[in-house]
Amino acid sequence: MQPGIDLALRTEALESLLLERGLADTKTIETFIGIYETQVGPMNGAKVVAKAWTDPEYKARLLAEGTAAIAELGFKGPQGEHMVVLENTPAVHHVVVCTLCSCYPWPVLGLPPSWYKDSAYRSRVVREPRAVLAEWGTVLGDDVEVKVVDSSSEVRYFVLPERPAGTESLSEEELAALVTRDNMVGVTKVSTGVAAP
Amino acid sequence: MTAALDVDGAAAPPRQNGELVFAEPWEGRAFGLAMALTDAGVISYDVFRDALIAKIAAWESAPPAGECYSYYRCWLQALEQVLADAQLVAPDDVAARAALFAVRPAGHDHDHDHDHEHHHD
Repeated sequence: MQPGIDLALRTEALESLLLERGLADTKTIETFIGIYETQVGPMNGAKVVAKAWTDPEYKARLLAEGTAAIAELGFKGPQGEHMVVLENTPAVHHVVVCTLCSCYPWPVLGLPPSWYKDSAYRSRVVREPRAVLAEWGTVLGDDVEVKVVDSSSEVRYFVLPERPAGTESLSEEELAALVTRDNMVGVTKVSTGVAAP
Repeated sequence: MTAALDVDGAAAPPRQNGELVFAEPWEGRAFGLAMALTDAGVISYDVFRDALIAKIAAWESAPPAGECYSYYRCWLQALEQVLADAQLVAPDDVAARAALFAVRPAGHDHDHDHDHEHHHD
């Protein structure tokens, strides 16, 4: 790409050429942008997590056949094929990365945040996962096994975080509201907003 | 200040856990273009993804002096390359069109049939 030409202009130029040549249409382009800006986001994944916490049979299906169980809730689409759900427990903590680019389960988490795409995270979490997790405030004891899993076009990992203690009385909807994107990538644990004892 | 208008205006995109999905409007356009082209089968997502991986790896192995990493710059470069390789859009055509857009008079309304109002300068 020639230096000095603004990326916005370059994008607009490419779009205008594609439109002229009948290779793309404005409506489809804007539909995709709109879907990912407004509809698809981590709230989808949060619903999957809350259902798994409250429905043991769903959880079993989710861990056995991630893509199909997630599709049961209506979440499917590009980058949602071959999803594998990994359960975090008091003994094992999974954290997801894509070392090559930014493979990410779009239907449940939306598009990846900038830090997930940055080379710092992509290289460091593999080399020193405990240090990276500690920077996120996730300090794990030596008795907890940390597993770093590398998403690719073949497998996209999604973390089922631990259900926090003291949430027994919450509804599925209230539980979903506790779950954040970062919990489902595995860099943080679910917080109830109440300081741990 | 086109970027600020688009980010702050009526069409301001919602945030996901506090972060904009797209930092600048062109990133969203570049994303939407790639998705529309793969959805229509004009290009293959796997081919595009391989090109994206290569662009990211190339930048990381030799970051140009003074240039910050931009995921969507790599994305756009990959898209241009895949379209060039498929002989659908030549890089020179893109450069010529971009140069044409660069000298538009201020206040020019570009002619896409957007639903929302926004203005490029």
